[in-house]
Amino acid sequence: MAKEQVRQDTSVSIRTPRARVAGLGVAHHGVGHWWLQRITAVTNTVLMLSFVVIIARMAGKGYADAVHVVANPFVSIILILAFFSVTLHMRIGMQVVIEDYVHAQATKIVAVFANNVYAVLVAVACVYAVLRIGFGQPA
Amino acid sequence: MAPTARPTVAQPMSPHLQIYRWTWTMAMSVFHRVTGTALYGGTALVAIWLVALASGPVAYSYVAGFFGSLIGRLILFVYTWILMHHMLGGLRHLAWDFGIGFDREKRLAMSRLTLIGSTALTIVIWAVALLVR
Repeated sequence: MAKEQVRQDTSVSIRTPRARVAGLGVAHHGVGHWWLQRITAVTNTVLMLSFVVIIARMAGKGYADAVHVVANPFVSIILILAFFSVTLHMRIGMQVVIEDYVHAQATKIVAVFANNVYAVLVAVACVYAVLRIGFGQPA
Repeated sequence: MAPTARPTVAQPMSPHLQIYRWTWTMAMSVFHRVTGTALYGGTALVAIWLVALASGPVAYSYVAGFFGSLIGRLILFVYTWILMHHMLGGLRHLAWDFGIGFDREKRLAMSRLTLIGSTALTIVIWAVALLVR
């Protein structure tokens, strides 16, 4: 018998066909985090290597030159993409670390909440700064 | 159903890190998590730097002054190395996700390459950045 048929036969596995379609498992979250962590890992490699090149080109330069580099549309777009990719990746990564080591329920909830706040804060600060520099309105 | 009393028998515990003999794959796995945590904190430095740049020349001069100092450069150098190490470690884990490189020689070589490659990449990046300017 084929593997797929064995899985769908409820006399072999107690998982119902509906549960298989929903694909959420016992935690009701499914593999969404696992998959997003791999997707952002791939995008991070490209975007962060670009980020390193951008930073290296700005090394030791003054304010005007730094604004000029970041205000370049290609640089702005790469930076914004990098911040979305990185903050998504680090948010999931830290949540896994918290869930592995923090076992007290209340502390865990607070830690995961703080993790989300930090990730959103970093993302909003970085994206806002790049947009402001890009649109030419630095104070 | 009434809550039952928890058994008083000592439950067997899974041994933690200090019990095991350190191997390359284990060391690089632990270090992947450590570098990830360090990068997590490091994103605050990127945010501070960009917000300062968006705030104007005075704010930027403070931040640029710090990153240009000896301590600032040391932080950036270590940050580069940690970033490269986590990136190569991530690629190694991606290869393993696809079932590639599980035999003894390959997984040992891949783990060693993470450390050697990240060090080499960091030196190349800093050499190029210092030479180009």
